Amino acid sequence: MSALPTPRRFKPVYLCLAVPYAALLCVPLYDRLRPALFGIPFFYWFQMLWSFLVPLVILPVYLYQRRSRQ
Amino acid sequence: MTAHPQAILVFLGLVVVVTGGGFVASRLRTVDLSQLHEWGLAGRSFGTLVTWFLIGGDLYTAYTFLAVPALVFGTGATGFFAVPFSILEFPLLFIALPRLWSVARRRGYVTAADFVRGRFGSRHLALVVALTGMVATVPYIALQLLGMQMVFAALGIRSEWALPGVGVVPNVPLLAAFIVLAVYTYASGLRGSALIAVAKDLLIYVTVLAAVIVIPASMGGYAKVFAGVDSGGLLLAHGAAGNAGPGFAYVSLILGSLLAMFMYPHIVTGMLSARSGDVIRRNAMLLPAYSFALALIALLGYMAVSAQVKSMPEYAAGFRAFGNNFAVPALFLHAFPPWFAGVAFAAIAIGALVPAAIMAIACGNLFTRNVFKEFIAPDCSAALESRVAKIVSLCMKLGALLFVMELQSSYAIQLQLLGGIWICQTVPAVLIGLYTRFFHPNALLIGWAVGMLSGTWMAAQLDFRASVYALKLFGYTVPCYAALSALALNLAVCVALSLLCNAWSTGPRIDETLAEDYSG
Repeated sequence: MSALPTPRRFKPVYLCLAVPYAALLCVPLYDRLRPALFGIPFFYWFQMLWSFLVPLVILPVYLYQRRSRQ
Repeated sequence: MTAHPQAILVFLGLVVVVTGGGFVASRLRTVDLSQLHEWGLAGRSFGTLVTWFLIGGDLYTAYTFLAVPALVFGTGATGFFAVPFSILEFPLLFIALPRLWSVARRRGYVTAADFVRGRFGSRHLALVVALTGMVATVPYIALQLLGMQMVFAALGIRSEWALPGVGVVPNVPLLAAFIVLAVYTYASGLRGSALIAVAKDLLIYVTVLAAVIVIPASMGGYAKVFAGVDSGGLLLAHGAAGNAGPGFAYVSLILGSLLAMFMYPHIVTGMLSARSGDVIRRNAMLLPAYSFALALIALLGYMAVSAQVKSMPEYAAGFRAFGNNFAVPALFLHAFPPWFAGVAFAAIAIGALVPAAIMAIACGNLFTRNVFKEFIAPDCSAALESRVAKIVSLCMKLGALLFVMELQSSYAIQLQLLGGIWICQTVPAVLIGLYTRFFHPNALLIGWAVGMLSGTWMAAQLDFRASVYALKLFGYTVPCYAALSALALNLAVCVALSLLCNAWSTGPRIDETLAEDYSG
């Protein structure tokens, strides 16, 4: 490599991205029927809920990256 | 099966309008399709919205729409793993894919194997990555055609026709669909697929909305739907003592599928056609909307259980021919008025065309760049490169068609399952290669071979019927997705051999990419 890479320091904002993995890979957390939502057991609606939460955890990282690129 | 004239009419009308419209619209813009990056990557020009539709059409194929609810229909909670997997792939996509896009743009890469070639300076490693991608994709294309075949059967379209002068020809509807697919991929490349993807997704969303509102309402709400299902299957069973249990299998299925997804050539092709890295980042936030739709579709499996379509005599032939994959077509015929069943089936059939076309284009790109240009004709012209890609994509589709027509459909399903295990073995070279070049190319080659062999062996032990293989570790039973356990072995070999190779070899390693190529 010709150019020296800038030293990469870990930014805490990236931890946001780990949250959905922690939640959805921890199966005992949601492997239950109650409480149900609109008649849908917890196991199902909890996992469906993350399709709305994932964009929300990505957004702060996206905004951070955009600011640091300018 | 009985014919449904009203449904067939609506179905044919929609298919003709959408594919014809897409074909005409793609010809309006004059671009030079004799350039591979124009035909095979649409000139890297797609904005946020088009990419959203294109990747949506890519990730959620017709087969997904039939197979995911079929899995829930047949196995209950375990089948739902497709939903968390499709949600969890987006944070990874957000982090990793803009890097691949950026380096591909700077260095003119068209495929993931191009990147491996540049990063590790080994054309044999690139060849292995390209061939793995192609072999994993052909059965995937075959499954799209199989999905169409199911739709034709559900509509009651006769498959054998007596043509004057030829005699009785079997599989006529499938042949017709194949010709439509072949013509529009050949003539308009990725642009044509993107246009049709928009129409396809609108139809899918209309169908899903209707299905999740109309069907539960007619059954008395979701509570009634779930009450009609044997409650034992609604949750993952708990493992016995000394067994990690179905919960672990569920996690391994999520992780293995999510790593494998980005290695599939059609996903890489879709991503590289974006206009900028930011388009991909924004899509990581927009695409989970499809995961929600997928979850609703998965729940159709339970509605099919609750409606007891399997025991209805009018669908017995369909279940006999296609197994549980017929659950959703049967449910649509049972619950929708005929004209709307036509709309729903058109959504599925067009939903098969889009990914099948992108998969074939991606295979064309791989063969041309990493086999033809690398090993056969190093100094071929750009026009020849593009023509070879078009011809190869046609051959891939022909292969898939023969697959569906000549072999039992179960072979295509089993091979697709194997394909998922195989494609996962390119993760160290491609995905990890984006972050580090610690791995030695020879170590990657051997690791790949170990992963392929062990993964295939595990699948063979399961008669190629399932992909969760129970590992015995120190007297403890761990049911794990074979793709993931084979990848773990692959990685262990890569790390160990890289340490050795890096210590032994003295010459400089060739890496044509620079650190700044990855951030753009």
